[in-house]
Amino acid sequence: MMPRVSSGSIRLRLTTQLVVVAAVLSIVFVYSVWSVGKNTAETTQDKVLSAAAASIADALRTERGELVVDIPYSTFSMLEAISDDRIFYRIIVNGTTVTGYEDLPADPSLVDSRVPHFSNNVFVGEDVRTVAVKRSFSALGVPVDVVVFVAQTRAGYTRIASDVLSVAAWVGSGFFLFAIVLCLVASQSALRPLREVARAVERRGPEDLRPMRQLTPVEIAPLVSALNGFISRLESSLIRAEEFIADAAHCLRTPLAMIRTNAEIALRTTRSTPSRQALREILKAADESSRSTGQLLDHATVTFRSDNMKVERVDVVSLVADTIDRFEPVAEMKGIKLLSTPGRTTVDCRADPVLLRSALGNIIDNAIKYSPADSVIRVSTDLPLDRIRISVCDQGRGFGEKSCEMLTGRFTRGDNVEDIIGSGLGLTIVAKVVDSHQGELCIASNPEGAGTCVSIILPH
Amino acid sequence: MRIDHLAALTAAFVFPLFPAWSFEIELERNFTRPGNQEQLDIISTADLGPFTPIISAFQDENPGIDIRYVVASSVELFKALHAENASFDLAISSAMDLQIKLANDGKSVPYTSATTSRLPGWAKWRNEVFAFTREPAVLLISRKAFSALPVPRTRIELIELVRSHPDVFRDRVGTYDVRSSGLGYLFATQDSRNSEVYWRLTEVFGQLGSRLYCCSAEMIADVENGTLALAYNVLGSYAQRELSDGGGNAQLVTFEDYYNVMLRTALIPASATNVSGAGRMIDFLLRLDLRPDLVERSGFPAIPLSGSGGLDNTNSIHLGPSLLVFLDKLKRRKFLEYWSSSLRLDGEPGDRAEQRILE
Repeated sequence: MMPRVSSGSIRLRLTTQLVVVAAVLSIVFVYSVWSVGKNTAETTQDKVLSAAAASIADALRTERGELVVDIPYSTFSMLEAISDDRIFYRIIVNGTTVTGYEDLPADPSLVDSRVPHFSNNVFVGEDVRTVAVKRSFSALGVPVDVVVFVAQTRAGYTRIASDVLSVAAWVGSGFFLFAIVLCLVASQSALRPLREVARAVERRGPEDLRPMRQLTPVEIAPLVSALNGFISRLESSLIRAEEFIADAAHCLRTPLAMIRTNAEIALRTTRSTPSRQALREILKAADESSRSTGQLLDHATVTFRSDNMKVERVDVVSLVADTIDRFEPVAEMKGIKLLSTPGRTTVDCRADPVLLRSALGNIIDNAIKYSPADSVIRVSTDLPLDRIRISVCDQGRGFGEKSCEMLTGRFTRGDNVEDIIGSGLGLTIVAKVVDSHQGELCIASNPEGAGTCVSIILPH
Repeated sequence: MRIDHLAALTAAFVFPLFPAWSFEIELERNFTRPGNQEQLDIISTADLGPFTPIISAFQDENPGIDIRYVVASSVELFKALHAENASFDLAISSAMDLQIKLANDGKSVPYTSATTSRLPGWAKWRNEVFAFTREPAVLLISRKAFSALPVPRTRIELIELVRSHPDVFRDRVGTYDVRSSGLGYLFATQDSRNSEVYWRLTEVFGQLGSRLYCCSAEMIADVENGTLALAYNVLGSYAQRELSDGGGNAQLVTFEDYYNVMLRTALIPASATNVSGAGRMIDFLLRLDLRPDLVERSGFPAIPLSGSGGLDNTNSIHLGPSLLVFLDKLKRRKFLEYWSSSLRLDGEPGDRAEQRILE
């Protein structure tokens, strides 16, 4: 049964959060690279511009009392080395433009001595970055202020910045895509221990109530220890239930025996036909009840002992013979012949004799119960394929359509036994014993005609 | 009254295309073919002679396009496009510095095509100025004058030769008048950058009394007819073409110390109306190297596009805004002063050409 899915998927939540973090980091990366690139491009342009202006200013000199403006050839080379941008200049001496572009926006009053002054303007329809450098001279005792303006369009630098941005954007989106893959892998592996615990619980057999021992991450340890606590509570409550059933069966045995004894005495002393009839009914019911309580006790014993087996060397042939002896009187009462097929004299096996005897007893008991009068039950022991097989073949009605696995369930009975009282515990006990001996239980039709063969196959 | 009317009418009839423009043109020629729809106006410093085969081949390749070809000096071309915004679709000039200034001052528009992208980086600027020829400046000597003299291989050898034979060279040395010739000014300023020897050479020319010319063609003619013993900084491509026509007195000398190579450039003026036609013409000019027949007939040493072989570019004048430096008003005045005093010229150094260019 699937649990109700109400609070979404941890994996989805984990992935989403990681992806959001990755997206934020990518955007921060792109933005910072872009702003650094833009800054670098602007700083570079400013530095080259001021170097160009300084080279013009440094070439200024006075000759025979006159100021000489002689632009060095290298001035514009350094500007064109970096980009294809247009270059403009203007040289103002004492407020008058002596050379250059007369309409280049320039305000000499803003320029301090020795410190390059930068401004952004528009000239011939384009954005330009302008630098101004000021020098003061004295020509024949008259102070002369020279301001050199050098301007350059910004297209090349804008392109550098946008190139940097596009590289950053590519790297950033690559990083983001890679991060998404990593997030998926990370959330997958983070949740793996949880799936492993679930699989371990799923793999367990219905009777396996041992605590979980596998190593788990700290985060899952509380879940596993809670699960273990739950398992141990479940186990102890199961044990309590078994004990209760065993106690109840035990308590019922003595009163049932008394009812039976007294009913027999009464039967012998009474002549009244209706009373005898009633007493026979009582006897029959008491027999059935004591058989059932016997089986419940057997079941409790088997359950207990299969967890604490006392394995020893057992001679299967004599065990079979003993069991046949034990059931001979009951079989005779129904006119059924119990035959042991002659074979080997001894077959040794390592098993718990109490459990094995109980299993074999239950099979024979079942066979007697469901066999018609004047039929034969054969018990044989042989060693096929180096294993030990004990088969009990009857001439009864068989088990009908139900499968072997269903028949060995507790309180489950064949399809065709509604007219006979039974608990359905017999084969459960047998199956449990066989299981605890790593053996096999085989139920098949009798190859010699009607009836069923129930075989226990044990390892040698 | 009637006469005034007539005069106005005549003026309007004669100069319908240049209503108020003051730049001077040397020649105008229309290449029309019947049924053509499109018109391409070219202003160029190149003579009609070398350009006619190129225009015909272009019209063969691009049918339906009429071409008006206007020849002007590089200074007049610059003036037309810079100060007067005259309407032309394509400007072809040998004055690299003036072309760069047009582009720098926003007087041209960019153009890109598969062909321009294959042009080497040194042969274009901003995708606005495209170089399509490499034309070296050479020394042209008269065989008769040099019959008993060794051919100089460097400028220093030339200085010594001219100094030691003043009788041969007096008043028979020719060079550009850099005050009026844009190309001459470009070669002279680049010479002054390359070597101090240039000024010594100018001094020597000044001592002997040199003749100044506006154009290569006239210098070549004067060497050929023996008026000049030598001409300095003649455009090699012109000389080659003239000399191949026969004659035999003039001989071409390429200096071994260094020589300047001018790049002939084309640009699309901002005033262009047929930009796509101009672009096709630029592509055609840039592919000139693939037309050996045109290279031979025009005499233009074409620049190979990248992918069709490398090219040694060491001597080319760098195409870029550093050329603006010598166009600076004060720088130019200073250079011309120095040049004039070296050549011992009389009169005002601040000449008319300067006024025309920069004011």
